[in-house]
Amino acid sequence: MIAIEVKSLVKTYGSVRALDGLDLQVPTGSIFGFLGPNGAGKTTTLRILAGLAKPTSGRVAIAGVELNTKTPKPSAKVGYLPEEPAFYPWMTPVEFIRYAGEIFNIHKAELTEKTNKLLALTGLGDVKKRKIGGFSRGMRQRLGIAQALINDPEILLLDEPVSALDPSGRKEVLELIESLAAKCTVVMSSHILADVEKVCDTVAIIDSGKRLVQDGKDTLMMRYATNVIELEIDPRQGRSIEAWKQVIFDLNGMYKGTVDGYTLRMTVEDIDTAQQAILAQLAMDKLPIVRLEQVKPSLEDVFMKLVNHKEAEL
Amino acid sequence: MKFMTAFRKEWLELIRTKRMLIALVVLVLFGMTSPLLAKMLPEIMTMVPGGEQFTMLIPPPTINDAVVQYVKNITQFGILLALLFGMGSMANERDKGTAAMVLSKPMPRITFLLAKLIAYTTLFTLAIVIAGIACYYYTYILFGKLEIMPYLEMNGLILLYLLVYVALTVLFSTLTKTQYIAIGMGFGVLILFGIVSAIPGWGVYTPDLLVANAGLIGTGGAPENWTGLWVSLGVISFSVTASFLVFRKQEI
Repeated sequence: MIAIEVKSLVKTYGSVRALDGLDLQVPTGSIFGFLGPNGAGKTTTLRILAGLAKPTSGRVAIAGVELNTKTPKPSAKVGYLPEEPAFYPWMTPVEFIRYAGEIFNIHKAELTEKTNKLLALTGLGDVKKRKIGGFSRGMRQRLGIAQALINDPEILLLDEPVSALDPSGRKEVLELIESLAAKCTVVMSSHILADVEKVCDTVAIIDSGKRLVQDGKDTLMMRYATNVIELEIDPRQGRSIEAWKQVIFDLNGMYKGTVDGYTLRMTVEDIDTAQQAILAQLAMDKLPIVRLEQVKPSLEDVFMKLVNHKEAEL
Repeated sequence: MKFMTAFRKEWLELIRTKRMLIALVVLVLFGMTSPLLAKMLPEIMTMVPGGEQFTMLIPPPTINDAVVQYVKNITQFGILLALLFGMGSMANERDKGTAAMVLSKPMPRITFLLAKLIAYTTLFTLAIVIAGIACYYYTYILFGKLEIMPYLEMNGLILLYLLVYVALTVLFSTLTKTQYIAIGMGFGVLILFGIVSAIPGWGVYTPDLLVANAGLIGTGGAPENWTGLWVSLGVISFSVTASFLVFRKQEI
C-alpha cells in the first residue's frame, strides 16, 4: 500500500526549478525520512503535499486523493507541521488546539479530551493557559506537533520537527514519532541525520529537486555505506586539522566525509586501498595518529557519499 | 460550521488585540463630541486669544452643524481605522505563517477570507450604531430632536462608505506581501478618489458622494444623484470577488 505517490513532480518559481521531476513512494505505515541538503526541495515538497502550494506539473496523490495542479487544497486525513510553526500570539495553546479541532469538525466533548491529551503528550500541560506569544521556539514546535495530531491523521508531514528542541525535548519527540508508527504514516524531513536514522525505516535522499535514492534504511546502509573508516589524529601534533583534511578527502577512492574534533570519518571505495593511501599520506606529512579503523556505517555516511558523489559527477 | 469557527477566531482577535476597543472608543467619542463641539465652538473661540473678533462671524450653531460635524469626524477617523485594521488582515497571516497553519487543514479559503470581512463589517456596524446613538442623544440634549429615518439612512451611508475602504484594504492585503504596501495602496486610492472628486462633475462617480449625500440627508435635504452609491457597491463587490479569486490560487 502506498500512502503518498509523487511522480515527475516539477515546481518552478520563475526560472528556478525547486523540484525537477521528483519521484517518491511512501509506503503506508512507514516512518519516512526525507533528506537532502539545504535548498534540495524538501520543504517545497511538503508544502505541496500539505495543500499549501500547487505543483507546476507532475502527479501527486496523498491518502488516495490526487492533488489538483490548479488550486491547492489540503486533505482532512493529513497533519502538517511546518518548519517554523506560527501561532496567534494572543491565543493560548488550548484555544489554538480547539480552533484546529473545530476546523476538522471534531465534537466538543471529544475535542476537550483530545486537547488535554495532546498538550500533556507534548509536555505543554502546565502552560496550556498561557499566551503563546511568550513561548520559546521549542515550545512552539511542541505545540505545532500537538496541532498536527488533532485529527488523528493517516499521514503526518513533519518539516524539521526537532530542529528547535533541546536534547531531552528531541528525545521525547523522537520517541513520540516512533510511537506513531503503528497509527499513521509519518514523513519527516530533518537535517539531523542521526535522528532520522534512529526513528525512520524508509529513507529518500533528494538533491536539486531530484530523488537520488529511496529505499529501506537498512538496505541503503548496506548498499551505499559499507566501507566507512575513521581516522583520529593525535591532538598533540599541534597542526590544524582543517588545513589537512582536504588532503585526505582528495585522495583517490575517497568520498568527502565529516570532521568531528580530531576525527575524520569518510566512506571509501575499498578499505585496504584507502588505509594504505592514508597511511602513506600520513607518513609523508609526518602526522601522528591515534587510530585508523573501519567503523559501522551511519545514514550520514550514505548521505555524504550520495550527495558528494553527485557533486563530483557535476 | 467552519464559518462560525473562523468568525469566532476573528472576533476574538479583534477583542484580544484591542482593535474592537480602539474602534469603539474612537468612533463613539466622536459621536459624543461632535454635537458638543458644534454647540461649544463659539464659546471655544472666545477662549482663544484674539478669537473674540471671529465669534461675530460665526453664526449661532444649529442642529445641522452637529450632524455635519458628526459625518465629517466619523468618516475621517473611520477610514483611518478601516485602513489600519485591514492592512495586515491577509498579508500578516501569510507573512507570519499562521495562514499556513490554518489552511493546511480543511478550512475553505473563501471561509477564511469571508470571516475576516464579516468580522470587520460587524465591528464597524457596532461602532457606528453606538456612535450614532451617542451622537443622537447629545444632539437631542443640546439642539433638539432629529428625524429618525433620515438619521438612520445617513448612518447607513457612512457605514457603507467605511466598508468600501475595508473591502479595498483587504483586497490590497491579499494582493501584497506586506501590510505596509497594502496601507500605502489604501491611502493611494483614498487620495485618488479625493482628486477625482475635486474635478467638477466627476465627484458623483466616487464613493465620496456617499459622504456628501449622508450630510445632505442628515440636514434635511434630498440627494438627487446616487451614482456614488452604485459605484461603492461595485467597488465592494469587485474587491471581495477579486480577493477571493486571487487568494483561491495563492501559494501560502
